[in-house]
Amino acid sequence: MSLALQRPGFAARHAATLRQLRFYAWSFGRSPSSMLGLAIVLLFLALAAFGPWIVPYPGDGSGAMNLSNRLKAPSAAHWFGTDEMGNDLFSRVVLATRTSLWVGLTIVGVATLIGVPLGIAAGYFGGWVRMVIMRVTDIFLSVPGLVLALAIVAALGPGILNGVIALSLVWWPGYVRLVEAKALALRSEPFVEAARAVGAGHGRILALHILPNCTSPIIVKASMDMGLAILSAASLGFVGLGAKPPAPEWGAMISVARTYMPNWWWYAVFPGFAIYLTVLGFNLFGDGLRDILDPRSSRG
Amino acid sequence: MRAEVLRFVLKRVALTGLMLFGLVCITFTVSNVAPSDPAALAAGPDATRDMIETIRREYGLDRPLAEQFWRYVTGVLQGDLGRSIVTTRPVAEDLGRFFPATLELVLLSMTLGILVGVPAGMLSAMLKNRAPDHATRFLAVSLVALPAFWFGILLQLLFSVQLEWLPTSGRLEVSTAPPPTFTGMLLLDSLLAGQWATFGDALAHAVLPALVLSFPCLASILRVNRAEMIEVLASDYVTAARAHGVSPFRVVCVHALRNAMLPTLAIIGLRWGWMLGSTVLVETVFDWPGIGLYAVSSAIAGDFKPVMGVTLLIGLNFMIASLVVDLLYGVLDPRLRTAS
Repeated sequence: MSLALQRPGFAARHAATLRQLRFYAWSFGRSPSSMLGLAIVLLFLALAAFGPWIVPYPGDGSGAMNLSNRLKAPSAAHWFGTDEMGNDLFSRVVLATRTSLWVGLTIVGVATLIGVPLGIAAGYFGGWVRMVIMRVTDIFLSVPGLVLALAIVAALGPGILNGVIALSLVWWPGYVRLVEAKALALRSEPFVEAARAVGAGHGRILALHILPNCTSPIIVKASMDMGLAILSAASLGFVGLGAKPPAPEWGAMISVARTYMPNWWWYAVFPGFAIYLTVLGFNLFGDGLRDILDPRSSRG
Repeated sequence: MRAEVLRFVLKRVALTGLMLFGLVCITFTVSNVAPSDPAALAAGPDATRDMIETIRREYGLDRPLAEQFWRYVTGVLQGDLGRSIVTTRPVAEDLGRFFPATLELVLLSMTLGILVGVPAGMLSAMLKNRAPDHATRFLAVSLVALPAFWFGILLQLLFSVQLEWLPTSGRLEVSTAPPPTFTGMLLLDSLLAGQWATFGDALAHAVLPALVLSFPCLASILRVNRAEMIEVLASDYVTAARAHGVSPFRVVCVHALRNAMLPTLAIIGLRWGWMLGSTVLVETVFDWPGIGLYAVSSAIAGDFKPVMGVTLLIGLNFMIASLVVDLLYGVLDPRLRTAS
């Protein structure tokens, strides 16, 4: 029988995984709020990827001057109106998604790279390693991230790069807390003990047995944090310590817009709504992910 | 038993001290990685090299790092947080001046968050998976996602500019004389002095910022209270109480709420520090002269001593709040006294 010798196809080899994924997709799709979150996130990603080709005035992203057009109310030509330089606000709001995307990815990426290894080490090794790591984490958690970031930016000097550096440096403690609890529970599981019994080293156990079992809560938290990180960076921009105009960034746009309130209301309204929608999208998406990946902790 | 409680309290207080020391280490490190030269900053833009050197010696910035650290720590312990370049006053004095305004705002928001969040969470739990529950849950997610600084501007547009119901910013009208200072909190001070018109004016100014500040707090109290309530309502003793014919109102508001309030209390303690941090944004929008606005205006001027002072003050507040919550837990749940 040649059939038995034939290597089974991809679908056959990964039948269990595929079934699991199909189940995830099905239960995710059942929740309207999760799907709304997914739609918003996809829209945001699409705008970040194709923004310069979609917007009517791509040049306005870098702050062109068109003073005859300044502070025009929303119209067919300028959906969101224009700013004090005569730039099209719709174009600027859309072009700013790219800034927000890399800001969010960087902050969350650095935070996981710092937080996850520390959390795994704390939970797995226990003892004084855990004590030191968790105490330091607690100290960082005692000050709201935004305030600590403000302190770091005050020392480094304002600017979007320094803002991202500051937020990345204060964002990791949440991941330590999250992963530590999980790793602590995992280290006495039979499969970890079995790995140890057959002579696996610490590195192998951590990388192949503990880490893969921590990924669900990490993914959930990371997707929720994308929104919050974008919001925090925009907050720094708003108080004047993040991105500097004319670079298109939502928080900085609102900061400038404040001086044109209340007569030119549209200037602040649209960038703020973009922030709100983005954060809401990532929150709903993360909530939905938690419902399917980590159902036991989704009590809220 | 009593000795055990005392030991727990002492251990907890010692831990708080250790954490505070850790925070001082962080602020010292941040101050010292700064690429900007603090001596040059203090001397001002037109200072000569000699003047900068004099200031460097005066501030002890030419000493070894370990000695600087020692001086910094002993200084902080004595309440010396350095001097603000912008206001030219000692940072500690500035904090004393600005903190009551922030405290007033946070207390008001916290009250608002609890008064709305707890009942809304209970209602949501009782009507689980029905329309009001979905509505409150969506509201909770929305409130977290709202950029406080943006929503503050929208509220200003609606209530101050369009409807002209409430003032835009500040703590009092320029024409209103501030009440005699007892606590620095205008609402309390005007009450103590019996000045009702001033009280009304101060309250009108506080409504919008307090509302904006309360949203994230309200949302998390709502979420936690709902989750706990659902769990508690499903427990045996609640079923037993119902079976004994206790009125539904009494079951929910007395029997269930008491146990559901414990995690809510923890959230309130956690939120205390977070709200102090959020004032950075809210106070900027509403020109509220508290520590948040102080931190922001100092940070923009590149003057980081005040920012470090605010960081330490907020950290201290958070640590004290979590200490109080931990001790309250022991008071409210006698089982924990022996467990820990």
